[in-house]
Amino acid sequence: MGNAAISVKGLKKSYKDKEVLKSVELEVEKGSIFALLGSNGAGKTTIVRILSTLLKQDGGTAIVNGFDVASKPEGVRQSISLTGQFAAVDEILTGRENLIMIAKLRHLANPRQVADDLLKRFGLTDAADRRASTYSGGMRRRLDIAMSLIGKPQLIFLDEPTTGLDPEVRIEAWKVVKELADGGTTVFLTTQYLDEAEQLADRIAILHEGIIIANGTLDDLKKLFPPAKVEYVEKQPSLEDIFLAIIGKKEDK
Amino acid sequence: METVKKHFFSDMGVMLGRSMRHIMRSMDTIITVCFTPIAMMLLFVYVFGGAIQTGTDNYVNYLLPGILLIAIASGISYTAYRLFLDKQRGIIERFHSMPIARSAVLWGHVLTSVVSNVISVVIIILVALIMGFRSSADVLSWLAVVGILVLFTLALTWVAAIVGLTAKSVEGATAFSYPLIFLPFISSAFVPTDSMPTVVRAFAENQPVTSIVEAIRALLSKQPVGSEIWIALAWCFGILIVSYLFAMRAFKRKV
Repeated sequence: MGNAAISVKGLKKSYKDKEVLKSVELEVEKGSIFALLGSNGAGKTTIVRILSTLLKQDGGTAIVNGFDVASKPEGVRQSISLTGQFAAVDEILTGRENLIMIAKLRHLANPRQVADDLLKRFGLTDAADRRASTYSGGMRRRLDIAMSLIGKPQLIFLDEPTTGLDPEVRIEAWKVVKELADGGTTVFLTTQYLDEAEQLADRIAILHEGIIIANGTLDDLKKLFPPAKVEYVEKQPSLEDIFLAIIGKKEDK
Repeated sequence: METVKKHFFSDMGVMLGRSMRHIMRSMDTIITVCFTPIAMMLLFVYVFGGAIQTGTDNYVNYLLPGILLIAIASGISYTAYRLFLDKQRGIIERFHSMPIARSAVLWGHVLTSVVSNVISVVIIILVALIMGFRSSADVLSWLAVVGILVLFTLALTWVAAIVGLTAKSVEGATAFSYPLIFLPFISSAFVPTDSMPTVVRAFAENQPVTSIVEAIRALLSKQPVGSEIWIALAWCFGILIVSYLFAMRAFKRKV
């Protein structure tokens, strides 16, 4: 296993007669941020579901943290955490209760303390005793990620963590992901946003029509294209720049 | 694997605590499973009851078993509802990617169904006592009544589990319970079957609710239970086993 948190060889999966994964090969280094890029329906979620033991592959092998997902799923589940595409929080419970519930299921010694610490870290202390159904999209996503961190898993899967979030919350989520990696956690994230992969990932793989068509650092991928041409273009601020600037000003006041 | 097994019951306990909170925080659930059967009991006893001839002097005594079955039938529809939402919102996936026994999730829902139905049954019996319900049953007969009711709850809960796991919409997840709630009306639960037209009567006398109601009624009034109790148990066990197998298959397929 060496230094690989994830090692996938010849992974195959079909749904009925539709071949989603033809032969996927990839390796993720421990402590790195790995981004799996692909368009909608490319099979990103299928890979995440296989690696997190929710789905069985048709062929090939996948080793996660030294455990084979097919023969040692328990070992895999002990060492990973999954944040799915839709924030899977219990809406009827409060933020605090959600965290305590997961801490209890991870059999930690002091669930209350664990919850308090995470609420503080994710800026949810004020909303701790409100039902999660009253949370905004960003708060829900933060709670979701906080729930995934309970028990300090070595590897976290983030399946499209910022889909449907506004730009401000997106940048906030990116910060959290970077902090995670700085703390030594391996992050496997899927995204359809190129800038997200560019911002976060140490390595990027592109999944297209069931196989990985490119895999490397951002610089590696850039080399695949013709060298940059120098052109003079007037730089207009993008709407995102404007939006964030205005929001930023408001908060400074 | 060992650690997962070791924690099965505490994990299931966490699941139970979670869905009991869901029930306590849902006014809709409490009204449907508790107040509606009580209102129905009041209506039948104090409005229609005077006109119904059952051959017993105390109509509450006659009516109570049927009301309890209606309460349970409406209670289990919420099990399907909660299971459906868990599946749809990805909570089940979250639990399944954690090191806990997979079936703990499902059993947590089943246990919640039993506990919550026992609570609503106890509340309804207390109200019935105030309304004049009296029973000469001894401890053993009461235990038999509890046994039949729990068995009936479990049987319907597994039916609800199939529906909750396979439904495509919230409406679909709950609509199945209406025929179940209606079944007691076409049985001996409210009126003796003698007055019914032949076809209706044939149905009423051969459907599960009648034998279950008759068995409970006999136990509560210290009458001989005869063969009714065996027919009732056969129905409950039959439904329980078949629906359990189908529910487990649906559950494994989702995983």
